[in-house]
Amino acid sequence: MKNDLVLRVIGKLLIPFILLFAVYVQFHGDYGPGGGFQAGTIFAAGIVFYALIFGLDNARKVVPDRLVEAMLATGVLLYAGVGVAGLLLGGNYLDYFVLDSDPIHGQHRGIFWVEAGVAVTVCGVMLKIFYMFASRGERDRDVP
Amino acid sequence: MGLTAHLPALQVVLPLLAAPLAVLLRHGGFAFGLVTACAWAAFAAAIGLWLQVGALEGGTISYHIGNWAPPWGIEYRVDRLTSFVLLLVSGTAAIVLPWSRASIEREIPADLHYLYFAMFGLCLAGLLGITITGDAFNIFVFLEISSLSTYVLIALGRDRRALAASYRYLIMGTIGATFFVIGIGFLYLMTGTLNLADMAERLRGVENSPPVLAALAFITVGVSLKLALFPLHQWLPNAYTYAPSAVTAFLAATATKVSVYVLIRFWFSVFGESLIFEKLPLPQILLLLSLAAMFAASFTAIFQDNLKRLFAYSSVGQIGYITLGMSFDSVNGLDAAILHLFNHGITKAAIFLLIGGMVIGLARPGAVLPAPTFDRLAGLSQRMPLTCFGIVIAGLSLIGVPGTAGFISKWHLILAAMEKGQFWIVGAILLSSLLAIAYVWRFVEVVYFKPAPEGATKQEAPLSMLIPAWLLVIGTIWFGLDTSFTVGTATEAAMQLVKIGK
Amino acid sequence: MSELIEHFSYIVTIFLMVTGLYVVMARGNLIKKLVGLSVFQTSVYLLYIAPGKLIGGTAPILAPQYGAYSNPLPHVLILTAIVVGVATLALGLALAVRIREAYGSIEEDEIITLDHRGDDLRNQE
Repeated sequence: MKNDLVLRVIGKLLIPFILLFAVYVQFHGDYGPGGGFQAGTIFAAGIVFYALIFGLDNARKVVPDRLVEAMLATGVLLYAGVGVAGLLLGGNYLDYFVLDSDPIHGQHRGIFWVEAGVAVTVCGVMLKIFYMFASRGERDRDVP
Repeated sequence: MGLTAHLPALQVVLPLLAAPLAVLLRHGGFAFGLVTACAWAAFAAAIGLWLQVGALEGGTISYHIGNWAPPWGIEYRVDRLTSFVLLLVSGTAAIVLPWSRASIEREIPADLHYLYFAMFGLCLAGLLGITITGDAFNIFVFLEISSLSTYVLIALGRDRRALAASYRYLIMGTIGATFFVIGIGFLYLMTGTLNLADMAERLRGVENSPPVLAALAFITVGVSLKLALFPLHQWLPNAYTYAPSAVTAFLAATATKVSVYVLIRFWFSVFGESLIFEKLPLPQILLLLSLAAMFAASFTAIFQDNLKRLFAYSSVGQIGYITLGMSFDSVNGLDAAILHLFNHGITKAAIFLLIGGMVIGLARPGAVLPAPTFDRLAGLSQRMPLTCFGIVIAGLSLIGVPGTAGFISKWHLILAAMEKGQFWIVGAILLSSLLAIAYVWRFVEVVYFKPAPEGATKQEAPLSMLIPAWLLVIGTIWFGLDTSFTVGTATEAAMQLVKIGK
Repeated sequence: MSELIEHFSYIVTIFLMVTGLYVVMARGNLIKKLVGLSVFQTSVYLLYIAPGKLIGGTAPILAPQYGAYSNPLPHVLILTAIVVGVATLALGLALAVRIREAYGSIEEDEIITLDHRGDDLRNQE
């Protein structure tokens, strides 16, 4: 689809907004519908869109495989890390109340980082699945 | 508030943290060190919990995740039975992981090693989570964490049939898990709670309503799929045969056992004995299926050509003994079931570890590993005396020869049957043990009495594999002679369960 | 008739459940089996979500002017179940791709035949 002018132009116009919308959904999750799951998927959808138009190799230059794999792990670590932080600050595992001197503020802080972890992992997983299946197709074509 | 107060959380979190770290490290050796260290730490935590629960004298430890009190928050709940299963799962992982270093060297491509260890960590965290959590939906989540990583671990097997086996297990396992979650859904609709202890209390008022009975049916069938209750065991033989040896050993000792634990937990702690044993013909059905498993699966085992598959069928048969104990509706029956769950776990782990070492010893250096079929095993006792002797001892425990762990649990099973006055079941247990003699004898005959092929040299499995495997073999003898730990804990656990169930 | 309408969501749930399970059991194609499995899992989402809705209830945001609101817990549970379902589907498809590469087929009966033939070949060796 590299040579389709309409797609290329629309894609270039839309992709920044898709990514921005993902960030909006992420940070607006406190006050309205949204959160890490949705934001991660939307962000990954933006990259997948890019890969569909400009090819997998170009997408891999933007988000390399190793980064995707690191994202998978980092998100889970971030989530678990919030839990361990609760432990270290004298509460139970995943206790957000102790993350700040004001317990309600602590809840806010806890859910913020947990959602950040969720978004990173979900985005990583979506991209990993896409990369894995898309690159299989290429291999099939080489070996008839 | 020391570290000891947080042991329930650390129990699950340590292996759960090890998995993503192993992915970040991207190095087989580091990942190995990290996940093994976490498995041993989890084992230490399990010992700590066992001591803590013991000090409570029949009480339970309750840990509130996120400091939200149950029934609103997720609660981790440890009683006697929980701590016993935690010990089995984390202990097996702590022994299998060091063993697997040398084994996966030959079975899995080097660039996938770190992923193998990450998946192992996830699987361990999932199994420990199922055991420790006191929240119904949380059980489902952990069940899927452990199941998904198990499918991956099985698919890592070198043979292409590992892929088909893994796919088949994925379909069956997902159907089982979905049945389970349908059951949980009905229970949630009826009680409005997901906390198991709270649910048990609220169920007392609506015990006879159709949704609760439907929930019982869905949960029983769903979990039975996961625990490979005859005739829902079709996924098991291929999965055990073609998975990497370390995975087979770990799964045989833990995965089905944890599912048995879930069934015991739901039957006795949530639904309660009166519903299970008085109003429904469940014990009769379970009795029949257990007997079918003990005979049909053990009989099939005799005719297998592949040693791994032989012992996989034997596992299905041995699960029959566990469920037989559950069907008695007595403290002694439950006691025997819990005991056999533990004893059979370590016996099977020992056997599969030794077979894994044997396969490595059979192969020429650098060559593809052969399947352990009987035609390749002729006269093997001269080449690998320690390995063969270990399998024979563990085989004796499968038969139930006095002086081995298997004898203790079968003895308790027989006591429970006699207490009920059902002497024909005693006969059935003895008869099915004859079948176990038959398949273990097949191994002995080929290995000890057939001549070895020309030019065979003595070549044991590497020490790093022999030592962990023999630790488990010694365990099967130790728990056959000194029963204070196993029988004591199992009896306390059974009494606690029956008290809750009343 | 009013019975039917009252229990509409349950009827849809059961229809999806049985359809999915039937497809899983009756089809030999590995991809079709996964489609059936997904339909089966979807029916569970409906089983949880539908009873959580209170007719006339609002989103669970506490405000003085609203008295009744729908139960948010089923949504949270099912969000988790959806993630589990996606993971299972992705893993199942990945396995199907690998099986296709190893066997050259995604039909279950052909795979079983190939497995048996492999056993025969090995026995002749």
